[in-house]
Amino acid sequence: MRYVNSSNVKGRPVSQVNAQRGLSSRQETVPPAGRRQLSDMRIVQLFILPTIILLILMNIFPLIYSLFLSFTNYSVISSDPPVWVGLENYTHILSDPDFWHNFATTGTYALLSVSLQTIVGFALAMLLRSKFTGSGIITTLVLVPMMLSPIVVAVFWRLIFNPSFGILNPILGFTDINTSPEWLGDPALALWAIVIVDVWQWSPFVMLLCLAGLSAIPEYLYEAAAIDRASAWFQFRRITLPQVMPLLLIAVLFRTIEAFKQFDLVQGLTFGGPGDATETVSVELYRLAFQGQFETGLSSALAYIVLVVIIAISNLYIRALNRLREG
Amino acid sequence: MSDVRLENISKRFGDTLALEEVSLHIHDDEFFVLLGPTGAGKTTTLRVIAGLEKQDDGHVYLDDMLMDGAQPADRDVAFVFQQYSLYPNMSVYDNLAFPLRSPLRRLPEGEIRQRVTEAAEKLRITHLLERKTARLSGGEMQRVSIGRAIVRQPRIFLMDEPLSNLDAKLRESLRVELKHLQKTQGSTTLFVTHDQIEALTMADRIAVLDQGRIIQNGTPFDIYDRPSTTFVAQLVGTPRINLIAAEWQDGAYRTPGAALSFARQNGAAAEKVLVGVRPEDVRPGAGDFRGEVVLVEPLGVETILHIRTGEITLLCVVSGLSSIQLGEVLSFGFAVERLHFFEMNGRRL
Repeated sequence: MRYVNSSNVKGRPVSQVNAQRGLSSRQETVPPAGRRQLSDMRIVQLFILPTIILLILMNIFPLIYSLFLSFTNYSVISSDPPVWVGLENYTHILSDPDFWHNFATTGTYALLSVSLQTIVGFALAMLLRSKFTGSGIITTLVLVPMMLSPIVVAVFWRLIFNPSFGILNPILGFTDINTSPEWLGDPALALWAIVIVDVWQWSPFVMLLCLAGLSAIPEYLYEAAAIDRASAWFQFRRITLPQVMPLLLIAVLFRTIEAFKQFDLVQGLTFGGPGDATETVSVELYRLAFQGQFETGLSSALAYIVLVVIIAISNLYIRALNRLREG
Repeated sequence: MSDVRLENISKRFGDTLALEEVSLHIHDDEFFVLLGPTGAGKTTTLRVIAGLEKQDDGHVYLDDMLMDGAQPADRDVAFVFQQYSLYPNMSVYDNLAFPLRSPLRRLPEGEIRQRVTEAAEKLRITHLLERKTARLSGGEMQRVSIGRAIVRQPRIFLMDEPLSNLDAKLRESLRVELKHLQKTQGSTTLFVTHDQIEALTMADRIAVLDQGRIIQNGTPFDIYDRPSTTFVAQLVGTPRINLIAAEWQDGAYRTPGAALSFARQNGAAAEKVLVGVRPEDVRPGAGDFRGEVVLVEPLGVETILHIRTGEITLLCVVSGLSSIQLGEVLSFGFAVERLHFFEMNGRRL
């Protein structure tokens, strides 16, 4: 008798409700859906509202508030209220050679790691493309680094890089501790060390997307090409590459954005050192915001500059992607 | 001069036997059709000739040269796939020029342009040359893939159901164009289809394939008028041939379920037979038998009558629109000289 209960408006007995509505007893057998009292619109609102509230609290408000702070001299540890200083923070950052050095480091790092990941990832995808005994397990194993926490990765690569007992140098053939490279201590090598770790961890991601693209290429295209006497290089350039390109570009876009925000690996491996050799913008941002002076205003400005740069680069990729789609 | 010969080709995929002892000889300038239902091994035969698949047994000869170990590129064949196998991200022109630009050919760009333009004119796709292939309709795409085959002069054109993905109208017009093209170019063609109309209309010779074996090999006339098995008889001709089980009694084959009898000049060849009667060989109006019209299908150019007599319903085709009404009881006879007699296992007597 659930439906009778549900039609029991405001606790009045069923008979009374029916009498009020002028319903015959025959109509009583049609189950009145109590849930219909909520209109579709109301249900939609109920589901969406929590998300909207959460978004506003966690994303939109901080975004706008930090934009405001970037024009002030505010510091979270001082009791002074934020004072409007206009563009001072931005001019300070853009005229300081130290910040330019950070940007240059980040750019070099992004270029190196993304291009190496693309090459390694694509090559891995080409190798794992055809099914052979064990290809499934190999694919899974190759994907493992991607699933590890960056701090864990950083810690054990620090052990691998260690000049006195790390395993990398002996593998590379450097057995004399006095002459073997100090990966994390040498300013010329430290950035490369981070690039190596990042490539190790994230090439599988590029590989995964490339594999998806490769598996979507119909076999008959290659057969047609074989009959048309196309060379292997021609098949690669004219069939494989154009077909994988959209997914490859998406992988590169994701990796570029991540590279520009690189923080955890640097923090875990070198803390930005030696000196400022590996000090990426994000590391500097962290120092400004949460160490020493807690310069909230200045760091907000820096964060916004990074945001603008990333949006600009993403736009370039998305344009290229759209051009590809249009064919 | 092109001449394709298959000798006892067998091919297995795992446990299934795709081709069993297939032998074919396709002559120069011939339009040869491989006809058969899905899974009969038609496409496999084509792929073995092209070198995309390696046969387990038997030999492929192109122009009397043994091609068993040759790569697809070295066999000099052209393949039109069922799916429009166009290279994406390339214009129609580049697609057509693709086989000519192969490093193994090295044709001058001028000659390529001339050949591509020629092919495009033949297929009436000149206005599409600058377009990207993604923006073509199905019919246009298939024209381009046929064009990619005709820009060069291969030994043989291998066509794998090229018309099956097109709508009926387009299929008809492209069918005519293909046949015309083949005759004017004098190109040797092996065409695979499951559509008996395509086979009958286009072929110089037809081979009927079923479960990896060639059942019958002959001209469209042979296939239609002298089907070697009930399978072939049922495969070609619409509406389908009437197959009636009959027994030898009192000097004629008589049906147990209906009062039909079929005379046979040479006398009894077997106790029980299947009698095949093409619908157009059932002649309403005059004859020894009577039946009721249970369904009338007017098609304009002809009308299909379903005539019930006893337990048997016969299909009958009369030309034009018929005045015969549903429910009418009429007398009918058979074109006696055009009856087909088969053994109960399907073999022609």
